[in-house]
Formats: sequence, structure tokens, C-alpha cells
Amino acid sequence: MRHRVHTFKIGRTGAHRRAMLANMVSSLFEHGQIQTTIVKAKEARRVAEKMITLGKKGDLHRRRLAVARMRNKDAVKILFDEIAPKYADRNGGYTRIMRLGKRLGDGAEMCILQLVEGTEVKAEAATAPAKVETVEVKAEEVVEKTASEE
Amino acid sequence: MAVPKRKTSKMKKRMRKAANRYKGIQATFCQACSAPVMPHRVCSSCGIYKGKQVINVD
Repeated sequence: MRHRVHTFKIGRTGAHRRAMLANMVSSLFEHGQIQTTIVKAKEARRVAEKMITLGKKGDLHRRRLAVARMRNKDAVKILFDEIAPKYADRNGGYTRIMRLGKRLGDGAEMCILQLVEGTEVKAEAATAPAKVETVEVKAEEVVEKTASEE
Repeated sequence: MAVPKRKTSKMKKRMRKAANRYKGIQATFCQACSAPVMPHRVCSSCGIYKGKQVINVD
């Protein structure tokens, strides 16, 4: 019985969908986060969480299953050696989706799909430090403004 | 067969349709930069979501 098994088809045949999700999940493990549409992200999240569960079990058979589904040995290596050990104490919920708003052109809702652990450092490194400072200043200004208004 | 006894008046029809009126978007304001943002979205002007810098905005 295939009752209540939810799948977004994303306008593709089964083979096309599996291929696309394999690429997306590989990219997610290689880069820590990916930007995509909300529907693709939700479907990729399903696959990614299952791959991390395989990674936590970590034996050769699970590794071969992961290669079969992700079709990318480099990404599987990163997953099993670097990512999965970080999630030893976490039961599910390995990924996070943050909505960004609608894309120009077709109005598709965009989002960031990222791994919960180990992405913060990368994101900070990618962010220009000056940028963060200006934002902090802005936050202080807002606090001052609200204080003066009161 | 049960049928309506009276034609629905314009008033009754419009009162009923008043409930379907467009209520506008429910935007809030970014806590960091005060720009209007849609709820549960990353702020598009400063890139902060839940107190964290999520994307670079230039």
C-alpha cells in the first residue's frame, strides 16, 4: 500500500526527478547549503535526511546504498566522513529551510536549504565582516530610535 | 424538490460577499533594519533571519 506517501512530482518523470534530487543532495553535502525553490527543497530534504541516516549507520552496505541513490562518490565520502558524525546525537531534523521570497520571472517561492550543523562557520566566512558590522550598527540605531521615541 | 422562495436581494448577496473581501498582505517589519518583510521570510534588504545573517545583500 502506498497510502499517505507524499511526493512532489515537480513536473518531471520519475527518472528525471531522481536524477535531479541526486544532484541537489550531492550539492547540499558538498556546499553545506543550496538555494532552490521551496517545492524542490522540500523534496530534496526528504532525500537528504535519509542519506544522513545512512551515513550515521556508516557501514559498507549503507555506503553503497548512498552511492546508488546520490550517484556521486565524492559527495558520499564527504557525507560519511565529515557530515554524518556531527549528527550522532540528533534524531532527524538535520536540515533547515529558510524562505527568501518570490523569484523574479516566474514568481516561484525561493528558499535556502542548509545543513543544520557546520554551515554557520562557512556562512560567516562567506559574509564580508564589514557587512555584518554595518548591520549591527543599524540594529543599534534602531534601538536608539525606539528609545528616543519613548 | 426544495427551491428558494425568493430571489436573493442585492443587499443579501453583497453582505455575503463582503466576507470574501481582500484583506491585504500581512507584512511585518524586520527587527534588524525595520524594512517591511513577509512573515517567515528572510529579510530581503538586510539578509537577516531569526537574528542570523543568512544571505549577502548588496
